Amino acid sequence: MPIRHILIANRGEIAARIIRSCRSLGIRTTLAVSEADRDSVPARMADRAVCVGPARPSDSYLNISAIVHATLGVQADAIHPGYGFLSERAAFAHACEKEGIVFIGPTAAQIEAVGDKLRARAEAQAADVPVVPGGPVTSIEEAMDMGRTICAPLLVKAVGGGGGRGMKLVERVEDLREAIELAAAEASAAFGDARVYLERFVASGRHVEVQVLGDGEGRVIHLGERDCSVQRRYQKLVEETPAPNLREPLRRGLHAAAVRFAQRLSYRGAGTVEFLVDRANDAFYFLEMNARIQVEHPVTEAVSGIDLVAEQIAIAEGRGLRHGQTDIDCIGWAIECRVNAEDPANEFRPSPGTVIESSWPEDEGIRVDTHIATGSRVPPFYDSLLGKIIAHGPDRATAIARLREAIGTTRLRGVATNLAFHSAVLADPEFCAGGVDTAFVNRLLGAKEAGGVRTHG
Amino acid sequence: MSLTAADVAEIMRLVEQSTFDELTLELDGIKLCLRRGAAMASPSPAPALVVSSEPTSVVTTEPAAPARALDPNIRDVTSPLLGTFYRTPKPGAPPFVEVGATVDEGTIVAIVEVMKLMNTVRAGVRGTVTEILACDGALVEYNETLLRIRRTD
Repeated sequence: MPIRHILIANRGEIAARIIRSCRSLGIRTTLAVSEADRDSVPARMADRAVCVGPARPSDSYLNISAIVHATLGVQADAIHPGYGFLSERAAFAHACEKEGIVFIGPTAAQIEAVGDKLRARAEAQAADVPVVPGGPVTSIEEAMDMGRTICAPLLVKAVGGGGGRGMKLVERVEDLREAIELAAAEASAAFGDARVYLERFVASGRHVEVQVLGDGEGRVIHLGERDCSVQRRYQKLVEETPAPNLREPLRRGLHAAAVRFAQRLSYRGAGTVEFLVDRANDAFYFLEMNARIQVEHPVTEAVSGIDLVAEQIAIAEGRGLRHGQTDIDCIGWAIECRVNAEDPANEFRPSPGTVIESSWPEDEGIRVDTHIATGSRVPPFYDSLLGKIIAHGPDRATAIARLREAIGTTRLRGVATNLAFHSAVLADPEFCAGGVDTAFVNRLLGAKEAGGVRTHG
Repeated sequence: MSLTAADVAEIMRLVEQSTFDELTLELDGIKLCLRRGAAMASPSPAPALVVSSEPTSVVTTEPAAPARALDPNIRDVTSPLLGTFYRTPKPGAPPFVEVGATVDEGTIVAIVEVMKLMNTVRAGVRGTVTEILACDGALVEYNETLLRIRRTD
């Protein structure tokens, strides 16, 4: 069924990004906005903006009934959830299915399958995809046994956690009892789910993920990998494709594993399978699958020439995959940096406010995805992403040089930004050599928070 | 960006020549609402452009949504949530209020329905209903002005 009118249940740069693809496809757009975003750039770009609630996300962007009602009210055929907010809420996908609204994403059942960490881990094992040694534990005795088998250092993870929240590092097996008790109590309070599991801690790991597209009938293709190891507290800051200095068999292994995992679920739409690549033994392990479009998708688009949002829409229309695996040809190198309204000099504290001057680069090989123009407000209620600068070039050195140049010409005044931090990353010899691990940012910042693993929430 | 009187006149002319009955235009800090024909509460056969209760062609340019009455004695009753606006308790029943109706704080003036959940909207002040802006059965946004009441206390 062709989609003629999409309600976008999101904000910020991704809302602007989705509107752009809809325009080129001749699809009408309605943007659901909170009161804080009535005058935003995407609200003006959309054919219509409807205010679904007050600024607080729980009252607006997370308000399932208001968004479903708005979709029915404006007679849109489909909802694009973007990333974050309701994009991976099975209840939302289910509400859309019930109301006859096309949800541009996977099925509610698929969201549930990958949303539960233990379930996803079991699916990975069933698909013959390697997982980090470990598993769920239901008693202290069981945990101690497993701890002794897989050896310290260990991670205790909350089943309901994610993005670095609800994790504890245990250096010695003797400390496991205390850590498990504390982790279960904290997980119960923070996520309403006391279940925890154990994993071997990978001391030096890279975060490498594979972009997949599935038709929902069992056909899956991959569009290469992205290296997102430049992270601070599990927040990705710089992403690139291809992953530098990866052995070719390992790269092919990652691609094949991601495809197997998505095939097992008969995955529908665009998704990303995340892996931890252990630098010590050149092995990789399944981390999780993100059942949505991701922030860093433009690097894949830059090298593949494929508009992932347009593919999401085509799949949602039931047109399946429009490219076979052999049609996918990734050319050159692409790097993205996330420009955030945060202050690196002040522990990366968010810096909301009004952007009094905004000038983004327009150089060769540069793409900018943003919702920020001069006068734009950065409300304190949402994430601090101002925009993404993506550089594409024939090789990594050219892409890095172009991105450095682009960052140098970017002007943003009125809010603090992490632009200088990005310049430092791109000039760093270790980064330029390629293949840094996830502890790189901490080394760069010379921070005391060594190890990269902390307990949050 | 701002609208001059000439811009507004031009927009009105275009709407008059078009096949549309209603135009809502939101620009930087300005919300412009044009409605062809009669205001709901005071029907008029002429195809004049009418906004709110004014009988002749009128344009309201107001600060960015939600539109607000300037008169301090006028209270805007706004929608507590996004939903469908109903003037009657059920189809075919008489409306909760008409223009000119006397209300007190607790008087129910409308219903906003969200996914089959009926939310009553109360007057909030004692006074007289001067305008009903939202159309029966229309999608209303969060904080959109539904009707106006002139205080009498």
